[in-house]
Amino acid sequence: MSNVQTANGHNESRETSYIVPSVDVIEDTAGITLYADLPGVPKDKLRLQVEHDALIIEGDLEVPVSDGLNAYHTEVDSTRFRRVFTLSKELDAEKISAQHVNGVLKLQIPKAEHAQPKRINVTVN
Amino acid sequence: MYRNLFSNDLFSELDRLQRIAARAFDASPSIRGTFNNRFPAINIGTSPQAVEIYAFAPGIDASKLDIKVENSVLSISGERKESSDKEAKTNLHIGERFEGRFHRVVSLPDDVDSNAITATYRDGVLRIKAPRQEAAQPRRITIQ
Repeated sequence: MSNVQTANGHNESRETSYIVPSVDVIEDTAGITLYADLPGVPKDKLRLQVEHDALIIEGDLEVPVSDGLNAYHTEVDSTRFRRVFTLSKELDAEKISAQHVNGVLKLQIPKAEHAQPKRINVTVN
Repeated sequence: MYRNLFSNDLFSELDRLQRIAARAFDASPSIRGTFNNRFPAINIGTSPQAVEIYAFAPGIDASKLDIKVENSVLSISGERKESSDKEAKTNLHIGERFEGRFHRVVSLPDDVDSNAITATYRDGVLRIKAPRQEAAQPRRITIQ
């Protein structure tokens, strides 16, 4: 955790504490499907990035809150989700498709053409 | 804004630290488990006008959510179905997401008007607003 002193003197160290979203990762012959729970993250606050072989999922919680509300009980204690996965070579990061419905992100990461299963015909002479 | 709401309070701050410590040294976990295995996670805020409950319940069909108030106890229940392709596909590498039926209860203060409770579901967050009764709200009395 790094401590960053902001202009107004507040310690922003908690900015770096993330919620690690729960995920399901399912693989089949065509590729990998990843589901991530990102409740309260609207579509425009969701950031997906591929850097080298790292897939980075980030999102900011944006939930409308009435003025003058005081915390009474808190289980979700950060406003940022973040999780990083390492992609393997046979996955085609260029062709990742994403859907985001009701706070659940669904990513489909297809396997590259050369990694698709091939049936090899055996010919008997 | 969310941060302001939930970080200025000393008790919630202590609560947060306690949970971090509990997760790090899980020698004697609470009998109710840590929040990680409770679904949905709940935040509650109060103001003189209302009690607001935020349930972080992504991926649920809002029409299947059952919210009830009985004797000042609010209960939220429902079911989250597993992703349909989970069984069909061969290999599950990581399976952390909650699935199945859930039920959580929150006890409300007595001054809440149970007929005026409203609930909305957006981006996987259920927001329940329970206004306090008119008579219970703070009032300024003007001196004649």
